[in-house]
Amino acid sequence: MDRRKFIQTGSLALLGSVVAPSFGAPFGVSGKQSALKEAMDHFGVTENDLQKVMSAALEKGGDYVDLFFEHTFSNYVGLQDGEVNRCSSNIDYGMGVRVISGDQTGYAYIENITLNEMLKAARTAARIASGTKKTELVALTEKPIKTNYYPVTTPWEHVLLKEKMPYLQRLNDTIFALDNRVQKVVASLTDNTSHILFCNSEGVQYYDYRPMVALSAMCIMEENGRIENSYASRSYRKGFEFLTDEVIDVVAREAVESTAILFKAVKPKGGEMPVVMGAGGSGILLHEAIGHAFEADFNRKNISIFSDQLNKKICNEHINVVDDGTIMFNRGAVNIDDEGTYGQKTYIVKNGILTSYLHDRISASHYGVPSTGNGRRESFKCVPIPRMRSTYMEAGNMTEADIIASVKKGIFVDKFTNGQVQIGAGDFTFFVKSGYLIEDGKLTQPIKDVNIIGNGPKALADITMVANNPAIDNGTWTCGKDGQSCPVTCGMPSALVSKLTVGGES
Amino acid sequence: MISNNDKKLVQWALDYALKNGCQGVKVNFYTGSNSSFELRDGKVDRLQQASESVMGISLYVDGRYGTYSTNRLNKEELEVFIKNGIDATRYLAKDEARQLPDPSRYYKGGKPDLQLYDPNFPAVSPDEKVALAKAVGEEAIGKDPRIISVESAYSDGESFSYRIHSNGFEGETQSSWYSLSCSVSVKDEGEARPSSYWYESSLFLDKLIKQGIGQKALERTLRKLGQKKTKSGEYTMVVEPLISSQLLRPMISALYGSQLQQKNSFLLNKLNEKVGSDKLLLKDEPHLIGAMGARYFDSEGVATQPHVVFDKGALKTYYIDTYYANKMKIEPTISDPSILILQPGNTDLNGLIAKVDSGILVTGFNGGNCNSSTGDFSYGIEGFLIENGRLTQPVNEMNITGNMISLWNSLIETGNDPRLNSSWRIPSLMFEGVDFSGL
Repeated sequence: MDRRKFIQTGSLALLGSVVAPSFGAPFGVSGKQSALKEAMDHFGVTENDLQKVMSAALEKGGDYVDLFFEHTFSNYVGLQDGEVNRCSSNIDYGMGVRVISGDQTGYAYIENITLNEMLKAARTAARIASGTKKTELVALTEKPIKTNYYPVTTPWEHVLLKEKMPYLQRLNDTIFALDNRVQKVVASLTDNTSHILFCNSEGVQYYDYRPMVALSAMCIMEENGRIENSYASRSYRKGFEFLTDEVIDVVAREAVESTAILFKAVKPKGGEMPVVMGAGGSGILLHEAIGHAFEADFNRKNISIFSDQLNKKICNEHINVVDDGTIMFNRGAVNIDDEGTYGQKTYIVKNGILTSYLHDRISASHYGVPSTGNGRRESFKCVPIPRMRSTYMEAGNMTEADIIASVKKGIFVDKFTNGQVQIGAGDFTFFVKSGYLIEDGKLTQPIKDVNIIGNGPKALADITMVANNPAIDNGTWTCGKDGQSCPVTCGMPSALVSKLTVGGES
Repeated sequence: MISNNDKKLVQWALDYALKNGCQGVKVNFYTGSNSSFELRDGKVDRLQQASESVMGISLYVDGRYGTYSTNRLNKEELEVFIKNGIDATRYLAKDEARQLPDPSRYYKGGKPDLQLYDPNFPAVSPDEKVALAKAVGEEAIGKDPRIISVESAYSDGESFSYRIHSNGFEGETQSSWYSLSCSVSVKDEGEARPSSYWYESSLFLDKLIKQGIGQKALERTLRKLGQKKTKSGEYTMVVEPLISSQLLRPMISALYGSQLQQKNSFLLNKLNEKVGSDKLLLKDEPHLIGAMGARYFDSEGVATQPHVVFDKGALKTYYIDTYYANKMKIEPTISDPSILILQPGNTDLNGLIAKVDSGILVTGFNGGNCNSSTGDFSYGIEGFLIENGRLTQPVNEMNITGNMISLWNSLIETGNDPRLNSSWRIPSLMFEGVDFSGL
């Protein structure tokens, strides 16, 4: 198949208006030729081209080069005011050349993939190096996907827009049926599919097919003239099989329940207090308080508050924290990262000890350890940097009820919207959409709209109890860093942080 | 630069869509390039260079509407792309509110060049860019023994867009920008490594402030040493101009038709009502020559006009585009703001601080959010305790909490010091009685 023919097919299938082609995504399922070979045909490149481009990229003396090809199809369909009446689609296509010299990076990308354009980009990226060192290219060998963490049954390219629409309608109708205070529902379904072709000067070459879907609903309710809103979403690396009546019902129920509770909620009195983190989305605490600060680029530069803490005890010895790219269908799953390292499960805290940072190729080389497979990029327009995948705490041995019962005066939180961290100072925050006051060991008045702020190392050391109810939150978590967005998830069992600063009235 | 060939392609795409069943079409073409040079401790850490182009097409088909974009720009692929877009749009439910803007509202041209593009942009060499970033870093490197890292950066970009609509609009924009920045990290007590930054930006390289950036970043970092939280309570809050626009953002978001029509705005049904103090006097001045954010037309091609947003605290306008005007059956205004200018006061930040007996100067926000339906907010902050008109103690790990309307009603003074390199020119602000949570 030539490239033009494929892209036409891609466009056709993207918008779902024709019968799917027999060689539709992912590549290689026809069995006629390898997925990698199909991907090379698709991008219109030969092994000889790739070698030429990599040679040009290293002509100024760089140590390493990689080429990252991407073709991504994204679709959105939305519902407002009871009608599925909006859609958009985008095609993004291009490749990037990265040259590493020591721990320095040169990067350039192009959208028009011809040998000439690739050579130009290679020579731009090459400029990061200045020397006469000659790095030999290694013949390319396919690095197979060992375990596919996101096999699809029905690729999104095969799905017609009209097949997706009834699910949004059902989501809307279910939400309205659940509560007569519902005034408005905004629902959306986004799917995207990326074809990734990668090769590097060490001879590694791979093809990866990456599906993603996110379903979300925002609900506006009115009670006695007061208006409140909340939302629910689910996101996975799955195909059309993701859409079931069950997932629609789960999202609908959560959107309604999380909005309804706000009418009973108050702002708590602010200040320092014990905070019980509910199971699931509370993983945002790990993401902000320690996850970013463990990303090894910050540590390599010595600007993280955890830069000198490797192999030291940083919290209770019963605590284990993992960053995991190997959870089936998880939004943060990584078959192989964006610089050729297999996705893996990495213990960052084991028995209370900081056991590993999250590495990309540059930081791994700096620390003299293997990469942990955290080198990820938003797209071919970006360099890979250490990013989290699914970050969660393993189960403890308490029950949630016992933890709540131990708190005389504090709050319980379980619904969040966003968080942030200052890597060096260690101050992190997360915004609580809703939770409860804890009074004399019992959940009492609902609370809402408060920011919680703490300091990473202190907060971690202040986790004194962990429950036996671990949970991953499969909402549409998107992490931002250096201007790049990256899909992730987080999770946590219920746990007590003995002291955090809660926003509120004085 | 938009070439004649680009324009021909855009016109072809519009005609092709009309021929294949659309009753209305908007086509937008964007092309641009950018580069960045990041240095760590004086050595180039990362260089990036790129250029890109994308075409966006909005299709009105039999009372339905869909939008599509692609960076695959050859005609054969675009033909398939457009045809499939038309077919996909036909699946959607009808939405009669989707209409092209009334042509009488379009910008018709004839006004002077806004001077947003530096013709020297292509001539700046990579070596020159690295030298500028290097000079910024050198102002901080080695200047204090506690420094652990100095990162300095040069970045620039140019962008060009061309837009045509099937009912007669044609518009073109061009702009360039340059930025120099510095971030410094220092070692504090324990494991803490506080950092801070400073940056300057400009549309023209010769107008870009190139000195004092590294020095300011270092000063802003060193003054944070010894941060701690202070007692919870009501304080007078002074906010630096570098970040003051963040407090205005929820007020502006609440004015969009998309929020109002969905009953998701705490400023719903508040037109001409007082929602802030007399000091809240905010204007939009879209036609300032050579200013970041200046434009003659919005994303719908509708001509921009100077207008008042808040007049002595009274809300004077909403941002209503064609679609939401049709849905709400009201007159459209403009899609979004251009250059927002908050009426400056008579004194700068130091002058405001000097007037405060007991307060907190906020120099940075850390996370937090605002409930779009109610205006209730809570944000993490850092800054300095103000006692008897002087900064006495760096503070951090605290939250401010309240409601947007109450907050803006407690605005008691504005500074005369907005940063002019931003399209939102918001000076230092002083609010009374703000709830801070700390110890």
